[in-house]
Amino acid sequence: MEIAPKPGKDVPPKKDKLQTKKKKPRRYWEEEITPTAAGAFPGPPRNKRNPELFPQQPKNTHTLKKSRISKKPQFLNKSRERTNPKPQQSLSGAQDPFPGPAPVPVEVAQKFRRIDRSKKLPHSKSKTRSRLEVAEAEEEEISVKAARSELLLAEEPGFLEGEDGEDTAKISQADIVEAVDIASAAKHFDLNLWQFGPYRLNYSQTGRHLAFGGRRGHVAALDWVTKRLMCEINVMEAVRDIRFLHSEALLAVAQNRWLHIYDNQGIELHCIRRCDRVTRLEFLPFHFLLTTCSETGFLTYLDVSVGKIVAALNARAGRLDVMTQNPYNAVIHLGHSNGTVSLWSPAMKEPLAKILCHRGGVRAVAVDSTGMHMATSGLDHQLKIFDLRGAYQPLSARTLPQGAGHLAFSQWGLLAAGMGDVVNIWAGQGKGSPPSLEKPYLTHRLSGHVHGLQFCPFEDVLGVGHSGGITSMLVPGAAEPNFDGLENNPYRSRKQRQEWEVKALLEKVPAELICLDPRALAEVDVISLEQEKKERIERLGYDPESKAPFQPKPKKKGRSSTANLMKRKRKVMEEEHRDKVRQSLEQQSLKKKKVAKPVGTRPSALDRFVR
Amino acid sequence: MSVVRPAESLMALSKQEELEDFPNDYPLSTSEDEEDSGGDRKHQKLLEAISSLDGKNRQKLAERSEASLKVSEFTVSSEGSGERLVLSDLLEPVKTSSSLATVKKQLNRIKSKKTVELPLNKEEVERVHREVAFNKTSQALSKWDPIVLKNRQAEQLVFPIEKEQSAFAPIEHVLNGWNARTPLEQEIFNLLSKNKQPVTDPLLTPMEKASLKAMSLEEAKMRRAELQRARALQSYYEARARREKRIKSKKYHRVLKKERAKKVLKEFEELQKVDPTAALEELEKLEKARMMERMSLKHQNSGKWAKSKAIMAKYDLEARQAMQDQLARNKELTQKLQVASESEEEGGVEEEGDLLVPDAVNEAHMTADGLNPWMVRNHPGDAKEAEIQKDREQLPEPMASEASESEGEERPVAEEEILLKEFEERRLVRKTSGLNQDTKAVDRQETKDTSSQEVLSELRALSQKLNKDKHQPRKQKVSLERTVLPVQREEPAQEEEVPLLLQRPERAETLEELEELGKEGCLQNKELPRSALERQQLERNPVNQPGAPKEKKRKEQMIDLQNILTTESPSVKSLAVPTTIEELENEQERDQKQMIREAFAGDDVIRDFLKEKREVVEESKPKDVDLTLPGWGEWGGMGLKPSAKKRQRFLIKAPEGPPRKDKNLPNVIINEKRNIQAAAHQVRVLPYPFTHHQQFERTIQTPIGSTWNTQRAFQKLTTPKVVTKLGHIIKPIKAEDVGYRSSSRSDLSVIQRNPKRLSLRHKKQLKKNSKD
Repeated sequence: MEIAPKPGKDVPPKKDKLQTKKKKPRRYWEEEITPTAAGAFPGPPRNKRNPELFPQQPKNTHTLKKSRISKKPQFLNKSRERTNPKPQQSLSGAQDPFPGPAPVPVEVAQKFRRIDRSKKLPHSKSKTRSRLEVAEAEEEEISVKAARSELLLAEEPGFLEGEDGEDTAKISQADIVEAVDIASAAKHFDLNLWQFGPYRLNYSQTGRHLAFGGRRGHVAALDWVTKRLMCEINVMEAVRDIRFLHSEALLAVAQNRWLHIYDNQGIELHCIRRCDRVTRLEFLPFHFLLTTCSETGFLTYLDVSVGKIVAALNARAGRLDVMTQNPYNAVIHLGHSNGTVSLWSPAMKEPLAKILCHRGGVRAVAVDSTGMHMATSGLDHQLKIFDLRGAYQPLSARTLPQGAGHLAFSQWGLLAAGMGDVVNIWAGQGKGSPPSLEKPYLTHRLSGHVHGLQFCPFEDVLGVGHSGGITSMLVPGAAEPNFDGLENNPYRSRKQRQEWEVKALLEKVPAELICLDPRALAEVDVISLEQEKKERIERLGYDPESKAPFQPKPKKKGRSSTANLMKRKRKVMEEEHRDKVRQSLEQQSLKKKKVAKPVGTRPSALDRFVR
Repeated sequence: MSVVRPAESLMALSKQEELEDFPNDYPLSTSEDEEDSGGDRKHQKLLEAISSLDGKNRQKLAERSEASLKVSEFTVSSEGSGERLVLSDLLEPVKTSSSLATVKKQLNRIKSKKTVELPLNKEEVERVHREVAFNKTSQALSKWDPIVLKNRQAEQLVFPIEKEQSAFAPIEHVLNGWNARTPLEQEIFNLLSKNKQPVTDPLLTPMEKASLKAMSLEEAKMRRAELQRARALQSYYEARARREKRIKSKKYHRVLKKERAKKVLKEFEELQKVDPTAALEELEKLEKARMMERMSLKHQNSGKWAKSKAIMAKYDLEARQAMQDQLARNKELTQKLQVASESEEEGGVEEEGDLLVPDAVNEAHMTADGLNPWMVRNHPGDAKEAEIQKDREQLPEPMASEASESEGEERPVAEEEILLKEFEERRLVRKTSGLNQDTKAVDRQETKDTSSQEVLSELRALSQKLNKDKHQPRKQKVSLERTVLPVQREEPAQEEEVPLLLQRPERAETLEELEELGKEGCLQNKELPRSALERQQLERNPVNQPGAPKEKKRKEQMIDLQNILTTESPSVKSLAVPTTIEELENEQERDQKQMIREAFAGDDVIRDFLKEKREVVEESKPKDVDLTLPGWGEWGGMGLKPSAKKRQRFLIKAPEGPPRKDKNLPNVIINEKRNIQAAAHQVRVLPYPFTHHQQFERTIQTPIGSTWNTQRAFQKLTTPKVVTKLGHIIKPIKAEDVGYRSSSRSDLSVIQRNPKRLSLRHKKQLKKNSKD
């Protein structure tokens, strides 16, 4: 679902210094003091776009290399058309060069449309039709408004572009760092933590904080932009996974036996013993659910806002250690050793769907932010991208020399795969398009085997946890350039965070609403509707909405004999039947027309031998 | 003469023959022979006999055209005179006697009275009342329909409803310290002051203000209607007074006068009791009036003086002269006043005269018109006789009147009143005879009732008209249908040479239902068994022929599972090949395990998955119910197996469910179970105007939260439907609030009394009424 863009409202707008003291408006009979003024400034003075309104993100780190890095051409390059040939004369005599509201390009507005107009509705009464018209008009107006506010998304994603024939994969991190500004260059760093084994890592939702846990018990959280350490502890136990909860103040650590929750000081807050031998953690931010999958084969949903286990589902597929979430519909994807990926929701005891993806076991699963594509890698050394929009068919596949052990999608749809000590990144055509596996966009060799991968939200950074520590890679064009200041503000203060927390809790989505199609909630429950209708008919003894069966009118003078009545009844029945037949015939003929024979390929006599 | 006669008769004969075709002319020929004697009569009889031979005029009715003493009893007939025999004619003696006149009048009166219509029974009356009341109410209510509709469709309603202040606030009130500064303004104000227009405080002249405050159209209409009513009443009263004044009937006036006198006497008596002195004065007045009356020349020849003069007149010329004078005077005084202006009323007066004026006058009148055939045939010589008759009639009249007067004195007051009423009744009868209303009802009931009856009659007329209208088109329609139907019957017969029609209806319906399921449904039906077969095959030899050509048999739509999993995906030639040398020991072990697994992976995975899917599909299918009872109707015992026929007979097949979503997706198992917890949050009842769930779904598809919308859009989507102001009284809606400005007080009361909503049928009826 497209979300209407919004400016970062939490940032206090800078006071416009240009506005001087209020002048008394000049009356038309007063003498014009500056006759040239009107000519010099046609139109009212426009407010300069406040540069402070959108805090500049040091995202366009890669603009330095002129040849290699370039800005994407503006995709919304529609020139305003003059709707009015004769602009209205204003009081001052100046003309508005762009009269009327700014035109909105249709494609942009189309993005925000929700009503599928192609679907034909059954015939509706006038009263209903008026309601429908109102709804449609409303939707259109809203979509136009949203499209207009697209203007507020000032930032654009950057990307790497090779010189003619140059492979971007050959560009090393050192080259990129050399090219970008200092602030961006500071985002590339390596943490050499070879002591405590392979690391798992997790970025907070705002992308500001980073938590990582080494297998040998090392847990740390830091503000990775400023490199300020929040806490560093050793839990003296194997750490399987680590994850921030809804804010950076809480983090969950899957330790060898149980699940523990620490605050950002490193103080243990909870030890959840019902979640034991947890292998992977996932957090659903809108539902406040922490999902864990364990060696025992259970998938557990823990509501962190109330501390209750919402559901504990037995996947019946042995040890679970591949898990990811679909950010679009909050469905959990589990990879199994029999090559299937199962989709789960806390409301159902059985998987919503099971997809056979690989001949061998599934090693890694990742779902992109639009919820359309799923990348899987299996023991058969294949990397596949599946379409999740109903068909569940592989869109593209690629055999990798060693197979990918870890996969991660970025906000902008880049796919990173960790294969041994190498990280490959594939890029697509933009947001929402599947990454093309033809050629990697970037590659990077690490000092150790990859153990955790995650793209940092709102930053063009890929964090890689490996056996030698943590590496923060620069991946131009990975992240969403514009953030929603009300939702995930990387620059928020403590107060703002607290406020957001309250609001987010108020807007918490119930766990039972998780289903494959999140828009199903906007549909009528047809089954119970029909059930209720049936019950009503049973209760009343007749169908109040049904058409009454034809009852022949009694006639006089002996014309109302039983035979006559029957005859009349049959006549009506046959007429109805004829109508039906006629309709079916029409449909058939239409179908026949549609299924015209394929032209060109004439059946040859030898075809019969083809098996 | 006798010579001429045969010739004449011959001529007559010839004429008779000529005119035989015109039987009406027959009297003509007879009239010619009138003078003839009995011989002629015989001749005529002969002629008649001859003429009746042809069978055309078998019976010639003899007619009396002449007064004669011999009247044959066989020739008396009521025909010929052109008038029907009336009872009163029979009663009339040869010589008119005054004693019978009253009886005749009474008879006339009885005749003129129509039989009173049966009053409607109670239910019908009630129904009519209801209908009328309903129409009125619905009309009053229908005025509000657009407002109700508008309010229902309105995005937002703000209460209390604020009337826009239409009062003109002068600019001085709005801006204080304002004065004309610009040259234009100054000029305007100069002009205004020159023309003595109000410049400052009252910007409007009193006239303008008055016109602004003038009553609305509705008020004006009502006012005018009231005035019209008053004027009409006045004119009725005037006309009545004029007519009464002009009534010449002595009896009427006498009765009137007497009544008045009685009234006065009564008043006088009362006055006597209350105030003797005033009574004395009154007595004097009465006396004076009596004297005045005496003095005035009201009496023709009944006074003492007149009588003596009448005696003297024979001998005394002067006395005769005086009597003549008096008569002339009397005539002059009693002469009917001619009102030239109103010709219509004259007719009316004449009609009145018909009834009220004595019969003699009536007869004379009729003679003038020439309506009476008796009188027509009278020779001028008979005029004398007529005069005599007149005299006779005139003479006894005063006597009769006197008699009645004497009787009248004896009668009680009530009788006089009754008489007066009767007079009025008669007049009313004359008026409303066209509408054939019964007089009693009119008498007793108020104008309201008459109006309701008018409505009733209108309704009746309307319904009759409608019925007529209905009948005709219906007939036409019927005829049309008859012509069209056979054509329609033939059409499908031609069309449906296709096998579909050959099947019985039930069967065809099911087929059509299948078709409705669409292409997929069709495919499913055909493919299901085949795919099952294939699966079995697969089961049998999955290891032998993995990826064998048997898979080609599958439909194109079915995606090849093997293909999915065994696609030759291009291998990556990565720049950075992962280094395996530096791997740790345990990882090496793991890799080895992986290698082993990879070696044995493959078909097992697919087979397991297909098996699982098949199980799931089987499980989700609706189960058949087997009702066979082993041993029922056959030999019992252990190890019995009911025959296949029997089993088939008692097997209730479950209806096939909808096609599975993953039917064509071999690598996917989609759970078909319902998410009950999520369904609890879904809408399960269609709200009112929607009839199909798709319609309703379309209206709730746009999310309204601020997460998905811009701030403005969010505010717009979440505006409250009704806004009330805190601490304000919300009064019920008034006509003025919505711009009707009608002062009809009945509207609201009607609504309060009858808050029922109009049904469609009633609306239609209303429309009908309003149209007519």
